[in-house]
Parts: sequence; C-alpha cells; structure tokens
Amino acid sequence: MAELIIPSLLETLYMVFFSTIFSLVLGFPLGVLLVITEKGGIWEKPAFYKILDGIINILRSFPFLILMILLFPLSRIIVGKTIGTTATIVPLSIAAAPFVARVIESSLKEVDKGVIELSLSMGATIPQIIFKVLIPEAMPSLILGITLTIINIIGYSAMAGAIGGGGLGDLAIRFGLYGFKTDIMIVSVIIIILLVQGIQFLGNKLAVMINKK
Amino acid sequence: MISLFLLKRFFYFRTNLSNYQYKGGQQLIKIENLSKKFETNDGEIWPVKNVNLHIKKGEIFGIIGLSGAGKSTLIRCLNRLEEPTKGKIIIDGVDITSLDKNDLRNSRKQIGMIFQHFNLLSQKTVFENIAFPLELEKMDKHIINSKVNRLLNFVELSDKKYAYPSELSGGQKQRVAIARALVNNPKVLLSDEATSALDPKTTDSILKLLNETRDEFGLTIVLITHQMEVVKDICDRVAIMENGEIIETNTALELFRNPKTKTAKTFINSLKSNIVEEEINPKDFGDKVIRLSFLGDSARKPIVSRMIKQFDIEVNILSGNINNLVNTSIGHLILGLSGDDEEIEKAIDYLNKQNVNVEVI
Repeated sequence: MAELIIPSLLETLYMVFFSTIFSLVLGFPLGVLLVITEKGGIWEKPAFYKILDGIINILRSFPFLILMILLFPLSRIIVGKTIGTTATIVPLSIAAAPFVARVIESSLKEVDKGVIELSLSMGATIPQIIFKVLIPEAMPSLILGITLTIINIIGYSAMAGAIGGGGLGDLAIRFGLYGFKTDIMIVSVIIIILLVQGIQFLGNKLAVMINKK
Repeated sequence: MISLFLLKRFFYFRTNLSNYQYKGGQQLIKIENLSKKFETNDGEIWPVKNVNLHIKKGEIFGIIGLSGAGKSTLIRCLNRLEEPTKGKIIIDGVDITSLDKNDLRNSRKQIGMIFQHFNLLSQKTVFENIAFPLELEKMDKHIINSKVNRLLNFVELSDKKYAYPSELSGGQKQRVAIARALVNNPKVLLSDEATSALDPKTTDSILKLLNETRDEFGLTIVLITHQMEVVKDICDRVAIMENGEIIETNTALELFRNPKTKTAKTFINSLKSNIVEEEINPKDFGDKVIRLSFLGDSARKPIVSRMIKQFDIEVNILSGNINNLVNTSIGHLILGLSGDDEEIEKAIDYLNKQNVNVEVI
C-alpha cells in the first residue's frame, strides 16, 4: 500500500505547495488593490474597485470543476498538457487566486485606520504604507489567511484528482472508490485529514507566536 | 473671613508651572477663511466654517470645543488629512493648501502629530516605532540610533526600548507617540485630544512633557481638546469653537478672567474646583450677588475688607476658588451684598476701579 500512498502524497504536496505560491502571487496584489482602492482607501479609485470586486465575485461563483475544465487550454499553453499534477497547478492557482484576494483583503482591513492616518501624517508614500504598515501590522492575520488558503487548496487538489490531477484525491477515487479498495480510500482520507490538521495547527501556532498585540 | 484669608495666601504663592516666558513671536501659522464641507446622504454639512486664526511661533495654542464642534476636522486640515474646501493655510510661509502631493508629503514631515488613541504600530517595538519616520526617509542606521536614543531619554522610556506597545500603559504609549512625532525635528506639533484617553495624573505628566517639548525643541504646538484642564495647564492662547466656528479667541489668562461667550463660561465652570453657579439663587442671599474675578496681583490688596469699611453694606461670602494658569492664577469670589441700593452701587463702582472684574449675577 505504501508504494501507492507515498507517491500520491508527494504529488499532493507538490501540487499544493506550488498552487499556494502561485495563487498568492496572483491573489495577494489583488487583495492589496481591493483595500487601497475602496472608498476611503489610501488610493481611492471607486470605479476600478467596483470592476475588480465584480470580477472576483464572478470567478468565485464558478464551481471549481467547471473552472478547471475551462482553464485546460491555458494549462496546455503554459505546461504543454492538460493531464497530470503539473498541469493541474495552473487551474488550481487561478481558481484559488480570487479566494486569496478576499482573504488578504479582510486581513488588511483589520489594520487600525488610525495607524494609516498616522503614516499619512508623517508623509509616507503609498508603497511605504503598504509594505511598512499594512502588511506588517496585519501579519498574524495574514498567516491565518494563508493557512486557510492552503487548506482550501488541499480540498481543491483532491477534487482535481478526479479529472486526472493525480495526488491523494486521485488515489482515493480511482483505487478506493472505483477499484473497491476501501482500505486505500480510508488511508488516503486519513492522510488528507492529518495534513489539514497539521497545517492548521502550525498556522495557529505561528500566528500567535509572531503577534505582539 | 477665614476663607478669604486662605484665598489670599493662595494668591500670594502664585504657582509657576512653566519657566518659559512666552514672548509674542512672529506668526508661524495663518489660517484664513477656512471652511470644510462634507457631503452626506442628508445633504451637505460644514464642520468648519470660515475659520481665521493666527498662531505665533513658540506658542501653545489650544482649540477647545465640545464634541462635534469641528475641532478635529479643523486640526486635520492643517496637514491636509482632511482636504479644506475653501480658504488658505499658511505654515512658515508655505501655502499648504496649494501644494501638490509630493510637496505636501515633504511638508508633512515638518508637522508632527499625536492622537487620542496613540496610533502606535502594534507589531513594532518602542524603538522601531520612534524610528519609523526616519526609516521612511531611508536614513542611515547610526543616525537613526542616536536620534531615537536621545528621544527615548527625553521621554524617559530608555528602559522600554525593546518593549511592544501592548506592554505599555496609556501614558507610556503617548510618550512613545510624542517621541515619534519629534524625531523628524518638526516645526509644528499637532495634538488631537492627546490626553483625552488618559487618567488625570497621567494627563498632567503628558502636559508637562509637551511643555518641556516646546522649551527644548522650540516647537509650536496646536492642540485640540474638550478638557478645560488642558487649557488651564499649558495653553498660552485659546480659541473656542462651536458649530464649526471660532466664537472667541483670547489669551488663556483673559479667557479665565473675562469669558465673553456662554460656552467659554461653561468650560470654565467645568473645572472641578468650581462651584456650579446655577445653584446660587441671588434671591436667597442679600440684595445682590456679585462674582469677582481677579488676577494674582490684585489679590494682594485687601480689597474686600476695605470695601466693607468704606461702604455701609453687609457682605456674605458664598464661595471662592482659585485656578492656576501657566504663569499666574485667577481667583473667583462670589459675594452676597445687602444694604442700601446706593451704597451697593458705590461698592461695585469701587471694586471696578481696583482692576477686579465684577459681574452681577
């Protein structure tokens, strides 16, 4: 059984790791943009905010599997194929990006308005406020948000397994469900549960550890 | 008569809270016809209406008003945290209202600001908080170190250098905020209700620190407050704000001696040491009840006892109190006079000639 489980676990970790990084690369700036362009933000652009807000809502309303299928052509352009673990990273990252944008937005919104006003009163520029005030002040909350994102991507990756993405989800469905190997299904699910528990535990610890508030 | 004696003793030992002799220096801040409009769902409101103020270099200028009077909007207009709708603000010859974004950012570095809720960076240490404005300037680490250490010394928090704001008391947090506001060597310090969230004892120590700040750094301080204690303790001049307008401007001394508007009187009465005048019903005491206000100097003469000797009237002391201002003190005495109307008139005339402010209640 281990010879099935271990490669699948590694596939899942590989998929989740890179999808998390790429979804953060895409979603983090969007989250920052949402916060600074909204009404009363430090770079107020109400029209831009409305458009961005709308697009993110639309992307988030798509059922994940449909979005994945729609994004197959993009996978082909970027990695050259539509099946397999690496190919799955493309739709996973894009599907998780709007979620990340919302998570980052809500974390940054928790930063005390007074601190922003103070930075303005000291003549800070917009990039300085973003990198020296907003992000560092929101860091504990951002870490919890990123934890949430990783766990979400683990869930997505299990679904992606069903349409040829590989990983533990794929194993549980192909061998466990369709192959009537209940033991493999159970073990796969238990490993996914342990993974989620472990990441949440580490995220919570880290957030508490760095929080000076 | 014992209370009168005590009152005199008080006046004789005038308190000097500050050694700084305020000189009417040159004008540093000119506010001309300043108005600010807010658009709300119920139409437009004007929290600041046609304000004109001239603030001198080296002075501590207080703007006092009830909440909603517009003072917070007014002080935020000075560094354009709020954009003024109309009017001009000139600080040290620079028209703040006409600056573009870049110049405004540079000008803001000359204007420190402290806030009611301190606004410290919660994830940074005391040292990092004070160093923050210098870091925005990308200043050399050694210079940052020496500047911050000097200010830590000044605000007496050297031992808290590596503490985080959550480990500090309210007064200590405001000290950090003051150090941070000073680290750029600003010309002006704006204080937005800096002591409103503090207990009375801590308020005293922060006000003392602000006073020292003015002396040490040659700053001009503009503060807004709703606490008359703040005006009494450190302000050279005061403006009273109501419904967006400045309704009275005066030196703190004159304001206490001779408040013109009802709001000013209400503020003076709000001081704890004052009795509530409304509770004194003139009809219960003699024929006339008068309120005397006098400065330290006029209190040295035995005015009341001379008045009793000279005129055929009876005097009843109803209440008395004293308020220590920056450089002197102001006393109030409420007397009930009874006797012949003509004699009472003469007595009041006499008091008026003794440099005492008399008000018939």
